[in-house]
Amino acid sequence: MSELTLTVMRLGFLAVLWLFVIVAVQVIRSDLFGTRVTQRSARRDAARPQQDRRQAPPQQRQQPAAGGGRARRNAPTKLVVTEGTLTGTTVALQSQTITLGRAHDSTIVLDDDYASSRHARIYPDRDGQWIVEDLGSTNGTYLDRTRLTTPTPIPLGAPIRIGKTVIELRK
Amino acid sequence: MSSTTNTPTHHTSTIGSIGAPSRRNTELALLVFAVVIPVFAYANVGLALNEQVPSGLLSYGLGLGLLAGVAHLVVRKFAPYADPLLLPLATLLNGLGLVAIWRLDQSKLLQRIHQAGTAAPRQLLYTALGIALFIVVLIFLKDHRVLQRYTYISMVGALFLLLLPLVPGLGQNIYGAKIWISVAGFSIQPGEFAKIVLAIFFAGYLMVKRDALALASRRVLGVYLPRGRDLGPIIVVWAISILILVFETDLGTSLLFFGMFVIMLYVATERTSWIFFGLLMSSVGAVGVASIEPHVKMRVQAWLDPMHEYALSQQGVPGHSEQAMQALWAFGSGGTLGTGWGQGHSELIKFAANSDFILATFGEELGLAGLMALLLIYGLIVERGVRTALAARDPFGKLLAIGLSGAFALQVFVVAGGVMGLIPLTGMTMPFLAYGGSSVIANWALIGILLRISDTARRPAPAPATNPDAEMTQVVRPS
Repeated sequence: MSELTLTVMRLGFLAVLWLFVIVAVQVIRSDLFGTRVTQRSARRDAARPQQDRRQAPPQQRQQPAAGGGRARRNAPTKLVVTEGTLTGTTVALQSQTITLGRAHDSTIVLDDDYASSRHARIYPDRDGQWIVEDLGSTNGTYLDRTRLTTPTPIPLGAPIRIGKTVIELRK
Repeated sequence: MSSTTNTPTHHTSTIGSIGAPSRRNTELALLVFAVVIPVFAYANVGLALNEQVPSGLLSYGLGLGLLAGVAHLVVRKFAPYADPLLLPLATLLNGLGLVAIWRLDQSKLLQRIHQAGTAAPRQLLYTALGIALFIVVLIFLKDHRVLQRYTYISMVGALFLLLLPLVPGLGQNIYGAKIWISVAGFSIQPGEFAKIVLAIFFAGYLMVKRDALALASRRVLGVYLPRGRDLGPIIVVWAISILILVFETDLGTSLLFFGMFVIMLYVATERTSWIFFGLLMSSVGAVGVASIEPHVKMRVQAWLDPMHEYALSQQGVPGHSEQAMQALWAFGSGGTLGTGWGQGHSELIKFAANSDFILATFGEELGLAGLMALLLIYGLIVERGVRTALAARDPFGKLLAIGLSGAFALQVFVVAGGVMGLIPLTGMTMPFLAYGGSSVIANWALIGILLRISDTARRPAPAPATNPDAEMTQVVRPS
């Protein structure tokens, strides 16, 4: 065996050995675990449904987690008015509260005889789930056919009726 | 587990726990790497010695690969969240050790001196047994906290193992140290296993007693003096390790046990004074025994003046060893980059060339660069052990992981320091590298326990049970 080959093998072996050490150290570097800070995104944790269910009214709870699961994967991005004088209006959902009512400072000013001045509000809860809350309106806020009594999470595409106006959350 | 920041108006960021990924594929990739490197080395030795690729290359590579593969599959099944590095690192060291042993087997000189030439296949067998024990540990030890129940049984077991070599007829005196027993033709070094069992005892004992040891102490001259009754166990362990030193003339093992205890005591109590006491007591013990026991005294002299020792042994004065000086020469002739596999002359160290002095072979043939890489690999194993201890949630697991990795680190230090002339030479084996069944088997078991603890530590916490109150509030809703 030539001297050159052996020298190449000798140095090559050392190089490979060190490469292994370096790769191992890289693995340690990428292996850090513990806590991290993430920017909020549409994606949500698996721990979510339990907290959602706590606030959901009974008929919501009876629906299996599939409905909630779809909502989590497909978080709503806009609010659309589907019926009433404002039909076609959309409001982008950021993380601020949307107020609905006849009052001029509402996010969506309802020109509707059956709506109260401060009728309802829609806001994200701590976990990013959008909640609709009736603010003590005279004629009530309906999610599907149910009159709201407590703050209730809004399923994607479910109609929220306020007087003659219907709004829903869409992707 | 996850908590959320709740600013008054916006919620933009979340602080959540990252579920540690299982990292099994990383382990597999590293494991392939760790099998390929020794195969490369094996081919290299064959080319350098016989100018041809050794005939056993395929079977050797397949054997090592098969063992590593089986170990990996068992980890994948039974400890899916375990540390990804421990298994590849141990496999690499074991594989390189096999290559070095096989390389020394080829030496005509060693073949003439003792029936060498068969060491490598036996080491492969021991490796297989070691990995078998590793697998047994992972399969049957579902939860390391089970070991906590056997705290005092472990103490008795460890003492029993340590005293075995002193039993007449069973113990063997090999090269001046009585640390072997002979069972059915096999020499077993019970001390290697006692290391693990003793770590279990220390962890269980210190978990219970650490508050008393940490808090009930008086401050005298800036150091915390513990109460006498708390000092009792450390005195007993010290006495036992001194007794091992006297009766078995095994400096390394007694240093290992006492050092392990002091490390665990320090971790359990966070009192620096224990390190102070530990160092004081071990130096008093070592100096005391070295001045009495002739075998230890000789080792110390060989350490202080290896050249004089070498000259005496060349003159034929009995009881002197040339090895310490030869090991230093081996390191010296290796230089920075080494002579290359198979091209050194470390077989001149004669007996124990493939066990206690195997590091000299690596130092000569791989040079400083290779030796540093090896020591780094040992360092990484210890680091992963300490990291496991940090991540472990239960105090017993923490102490056990720190004890086992501390013992591993001490053993590496004692052997490497001894061969390199930093401390007096002791008859211990380099974990995984050196020839010796007990050492390889016990260290694989040690890695198995560490993997078990790290699996428990890194496993994502189970989802919290549904709060019963959440269901209750639904019921009292006004309608």
